[in-house]
Amino acid sequence: MIRVIQPARTVGAVRARRRRLTVAKVLGMAGRVLVLITLVVFAAAYLFPLLWMISTSLKDMGEVFAIPPVWIPAKLHFENYPLALTTYFPFFLYLRNTLIIAVPAVAGTVVSSTLVAYGFSRVRWRGRDTVFMILLGTLMIPNWTTLIPVYVLFARMHWTGTFLPLIVPAFFGSAFYIFLLRQFFMRQPQELVDAARMDGATHPNILWSIIVPLSKPALAVVLLFSFMDNWTDFFGPLIYLNNANLYTLAIGLYNFQSNHRTDWTTLMAASITVASPMMILFFLAQRTFIEGITFTGLRG
Amino acid sequence: MAGLIFIAPWILGFLWFTLYPVVMAVYYSFTSFNTVATPQWVGLGNFDTLRTDELFWTALKNTATYIAFSVPLDLLAALFFAVLLNVKIPGRAILRTCYYIPTVVPVVASSILWIMLFNTHGGLINETLGLFGIHEIPWLSSPDWAMPAIVLISLWGIGSEIIIFLAGLQDVPVTLYEAARLDGAGSLQLVRYVTVPMISPVILFNFILGMVGASQVFTVPFIVTGGGPLNATLMYSLYLFRNAFVYFKMGLASAMGWVLFVFIFGLTLISLRVSRRYVHYE
Repeated sequence: MIRVIQPARTVGAVRARRRRLTVAKVLGMAGRVLVLITLVVFAAAYLFPLLWMISTSLKDMGEVFAIPPVWIPAKLHFENYPLALTTYFPFFLYLRNTLIIAVPAVAGTVVSSTLVAYGFSRVRWRGRDTVFMILLGTLMIPNWTTLIPVYVLFARMHWTGTFLPLIVPAFFGSAFYIFLLRQFFMRQPQELVDAARMDGATHPNILWSIIVPLSKPALAVVLLFSFMDNWTDFFGPLIYLNNANLYTLAIGLYNFQSNHRTDWTTLMAASITVASPMMILFFLAQRTFIEGITFTGLRG
Repeated sequence: MAGLIFIAPWILGFLWFTLYPVVMAVYYSFTSFNTVATPQWVGLGNFDTLRTDELFWTALKNTATYIAFSVPLDLLAALFFAVLLNVKIPGRAILRTCYYIPTVVPVVASSILWIMLFNTHGGLINETLGLFGIHEIPWLSSPDWAMPAIVLISLWGIGSEIIIFLAGLQDVPVTLYEAARLDGAGSLQLVRYVTVPMISPVILFNFILGMVGASQVFTVPFIVTGGGPLNATLMYSLYLFRNAFVYFKMGLASAMGWVLFVFIFGLTLISLRVSRRYVHYE
């Protein structure tokens, strides 16, 4: 509720207010400096854990919990990386597995969600809005509620212990990305579609040569976020992959941690290796990230 | 017809991964079985078991505690940083990145990192607190401190909330601020009487999203504390997971899934109702 600000009643009050306004301006400058200082202090709190991660990955074991804390190791132990990635944490095997899942799953998500979003936005049919409400309704069902039947089904199909439960569902569209793409497709000009239809274009033509080129920013968001979903997914691999040869990076890292709880230097080297592609992606595609979050409020 | 062809993938997926599981989850919650065996009908047995299961109530209470602390804390912090990051100051873009970057770190990696940071002796957090004369806190090994530790970790991942707030803040018309300024409002009054009411729908959105997320929190407590010590951080999802994939009580776990659904649905409805008095829509 907005409180209506009372209009000034007397000339004296107006004058007092004018004076205060100039004070506010001065405070504005000082305020800005204060804002900057506050933000820098807290930004340090947000960055230090990451810097500490990097620092630890280059330390000697003795320096990890040294008092006072060692920020710059006496000697930079770059060998922690090859040591971690070849012995405790078979990086290339896990990377291969992650990509075997992520590449088809991302492709499946993008293609199927695009088709479905088109059907919900650019084709008119009876009952469309009702069906779309059902799709939105499915977003309200927590994964925990449907988890057991889905797991039991995959177990009975003998899909547990394979990549299939992590790949196949992606080909049936993701309600969230369908919603995102539909909103975007709806905004595209109808005249273009009408003109194309007059020229005899079919729906696949319109989708491919009008809607898709105009919706590149939204498609980029889906591509980026579904790739991140797959790269960082922990729960899916945790319940479906029971063989170390099938582990993804995320579950492999967890496995490394469970078996070598105190090998902090190599653990941090492995963690940075798993995290850095996501950070690099973020720096390369910062715009897409920000757009994606503001479109949808996705990552809560 | 054409429309149905386009949405066919989703319809199949809906039947396979939503409708069938929802129906089966209802059925399973009245049965007892261990994945492979045929479910045995037990009526309300699973719900009776839960009602008398102390750990079930512990898990529910822990999750409620986690929601009660992490959701408002994350929300206030995100709003605070967003308001400050919306002020025109040099280096704003870099500062925004600093607050967002932790959000892209895979949660497994950040969980492992936090175990190290929370180490009682020589951990970076206790060493930093030590500079202010605060004695070593046994974060992850004490039942009193483990929950605060998990809540603190959630505070590190508020980048998305900040960005959503920033988008909302940029939609507030500048003329409103100018009008309020002319009427003599100070900076804090601007925030209180212009910014907060204008972005109240965004606050509600972040609040509900945060609550739904916090009710299902899994990976961080699973890796950082495993639910301990002494079940102090045994979240609802952790206990559901344990029943399903450690004890293979699939019927009981299905019942827990439904209780969680009702819990989240109830919280959302209450928030929407209560919010009507506070949220200002244009």
